[in-house]
Amino acid sequence: MKPRTSPRRLPDQVFAYALLVPAFAFLVLFTVKPLVSTVVSSLYDRRDEGPTLDNYRLLAEDEVFRKALVNNLLFSVLTVPVSLALAMLLAVLLQRALKGKALLRAGVFAPAILPVVAVAVIWLYFYQPNIGVINEVLGWFGVTGPDWLGDTALVLPSLMAMMVWKEAGFFMIFYLAGLQAIDPELDEASLLEGTGRFTHFRRVTFPLLMPTTLFAAIVALADSIKMVDFVFVMTQGGPDNASNLLLYYIYRVTFAQHWPQYGAAISLLVIGVLVALAVLQIRLLDRRIHYR
Amino acid sequence: MPEVVLEQISKTYQGARGVRHQALTGIDFTVPSGEFAALLGPSGCGKSTTLRIVAGLERADGGDLRIGGRSVTRVPAAERGLAMVFQNYALFPHLSVAENILFGLRSRRVPRAERNARLAEAARQLRLTEQLDRRPAQLSGGQRQRVALGRALVSGAELVLMDEPLSNLDARLRADMRTELRELQQRLGLTVLYVTHDQVEAMTMADRVIVMREGGIDQIAAPEELYARPASVRVASFIGSPPMNLLDVRRDGTWLVLDGAEGDGDRVRIEAAGLLKGLPDELPEELVLGVRPEDLVPGPGELTLPAVRIRDELLGADRLIAFRVGTRTVQVRVRADEHRPGGDRLGARHTACHLFDRRTGARLDARRLVGATG
Repeated sequence: MKPRTSPRRLPDQVFAYALLVPAFAFLVLFTVKPLVSTVVSSLYDRRDEGPTLDNYRLLAEDEVFRKALVNNLLFSVLTVPVSLALAMLLAVLLQRALKGKALLRAGVFAPAILPVVAVAVIWLYFYQPNIGVINEVLGWFGVTGPDWLGDTALVLPSLMAMMVWKEAGFFMIFYLAGLQAIDPELDEASLLEGTGRFTHFRRVTFPLLMPTTLFAAIVALADSIKMVDFVFVMTQGGPDNASNLLLYYIYRVTFAQHWPQYGAAISLLVIGVLVALAVLQIRLLDRRIHYR
Repeated sequence: MPEVVLEQISKTYQGARGVRHQALTGIDFTVPSGEFAALLGPSGCGKSTTLRIVAGLERADGGDLRIGGRSVTRVPAAERGLAMVFQNYALFPHLSVAENILFGLRSRRVPRAERNARLAEAARQLRLTEQLDRRPAQLSGGQRQRVALGRALVSGAELVLMDEPLSNLDARLRADMRTELRELQQRLGLTVLYVTHDQVEAMTMADRVIVMREGGIDQIAAPEELYARPASVRVASFIGSPPMNLLDVRRDGTWLVLDGAEGDGDRVRIEAAGLLKGLPDELPEELVLGVRPEDLVPGPGELTLPAVRIRDELLGADRLIAFRVGTRTVQVRVRADEHRPGGDRLGARHTACHLFDRRTGARLDARRLVGATG
C-alpha cells in the first residue's frame, strides 16, 4: 500500500505556531501592546501634542526622579544581597533534623504569604515613635527611640529591614529546594575526608546552589525595583522624598499629577535598566554556574 | 595494618510512631589485613548499615569495632584512616576530575608538591591522565567509577570501603571493572570491605564472603567453600545460578521419601543407604536434599532419582533441562553438545549431595558425609 498523505495535513512548522497562538495572543494583548502604547505615549507632552522628546529632557533635570532613582538603587543594592545571604543561611540551618523544624520554616516563610498591605500596617505600628513595639523595647533599656519613619536618615533603612524580613523567608524556600537536589553522598564523602563544615559549604554547597542564587537574585532585584506597597501604605515617599522609590514616583506622576506621558517615559527608563541588569547578571554569573 | 574486627555490633532504628526496627543483631566478623571481603545479601539485610558503621557515618548501638587493633567506636569518620567509594560515586559535579581526586588532600592540608605527585600517580594507575581537566558530567560511567576510586587511592588509606560501586554500570563494563578492581586491590595490597547484592561480584572478587540476611550473618567463607558447602538452606538457595535444587524429603529407614505427593501411588522413594551412612543416628526425620543443577546427570548414579524430562532450554555453552521428580521440578545443567538419552532417571554422586535439617535449615554434618562416601 502506498503511504497515505493527506492533502489537508499542515506542515509541522505551521502546526507548531498554531499551537502557540493562544500564548501569543496573551503576550501581545498584555505585554507587547502596552509596551508599544507606552513608547508612543512617552513621545507626547502633557497636552498630548508631539511627537517630542521633552519628557526625556525633563527626566535629566527632575530632582525628585533623581532622588527616587538613588533611593531605589540603594534599596536594591542593599536588600538583594542581604536577603539572599540570610535566605541561604536559614535554609542551611533549617535543613538539618531539628525539633520544631516545620514550625520554624513556616514562621520564616509566613511574611511571604501575608498580604503586603496588612504587613505594612502591622509594621507601621512597630515603627510608631510613641506606642510602637520597637521603641517600647528600647525604652526598657533606657533608650529613647527615634521616629523611625519620620526621620529622613532612618526611613529608607526601616523599609529595607522590612523588605529583607519579607524576602529572606520567600527565597529560603527556593534554597531548601536547591539543597534537596544536592546528593547527600557528597556531604558524607566530604565528611570522610575530614572537610570542615564551613569549607564544605564554601567548596561544595555554595557553588552547587549557584543556579538557585542566579534565579533568586533576578527575582529579588525585580521585586526591589517593583516595591511600592510599603511606601504607599507607610510613608507616601516622605519625609522630603527620603523614601520615594521609582514605582511610587511613577504612580504619583501618572495618577496624582495626571501626567501619564511623563510617567510612561520614566517607566521605559526603569524597564531599560531592569533588562540591562538582568542581562548583566546572567552573563556574569552564568560562566561560574554549574547546571546539572 | 588495617585489620577490621567487628564484635557484637548491633543497631536499632527508631521508626515511625515509636516502632523500633532492629537493623543489626550481634554482627561478628574479621577482615584480615590485605584481604578482600564482600558483604553479600539481599537489599534490606543490613549490609550497607554495617559498612556505614565501619565508615563512621553511622553509630552502632552496641558492640566494638576495631581497625588496625584500635577501637574506633568513638573515633570520627575522618580519623579512622579509611576511604570510601560510594554507590553513586559522590563526585562533586562542579569540580574537575583533578579537583575531585584532590579534594580530600586539600582538606587535610597536604602540601601542593605532594598533592600533585599523588594525583599523577593515581591518574596513571587508573588511566585517567587524559581526563583530569574534565567535569564528571563529561565522563563515561566507567571513568566516573575510576575517579571515585582515584579519590580513595590518593588518600593513602589502606582500608577501602565500597558500597555497591558497580551497580550503576552496564553488564560488560561491570565485568571489566570486577577484574580491574581485584587487580588493583592485589597490586596495592589494600584491605577492602565491599557491599554487594550480586553474588557474581562477591564470588569473583572476594577472598572471603560474608553472607548476611535480616540483620544477621548466615555464613562467612571463601567463595569455593561457600559454593561447595553452604551452611544452610538459605545460603544454598541464594548462591548459584540457577539455584540449587532443594527437595523436601522424609527419612524412612535407609530410604528418603519425597514429600508433597498426594497419594501413596505417587510417592517417590529414593534408596539412600550410602548417603545416610556415617551421619549421626539422631538425624531428624524431616530433611532437605539439595543438589546443584550441574551435579545432576541423566541416568543412574550413586544416588538415583526417578525423573521425567519435561523441557529444554539452551544457554549457549550449556543446556538447562527441567525434570519432574514426583511433584517437583528440578533443573539439570549439561553441556549443550551432550546428547544423553532422555531416560527416566537422574543420578548424582554422594559428594555432590547436600542434606539440611528442615526445621532449622542448618547443614547436616557434611564432613562425615564426604568421609562416608569417599
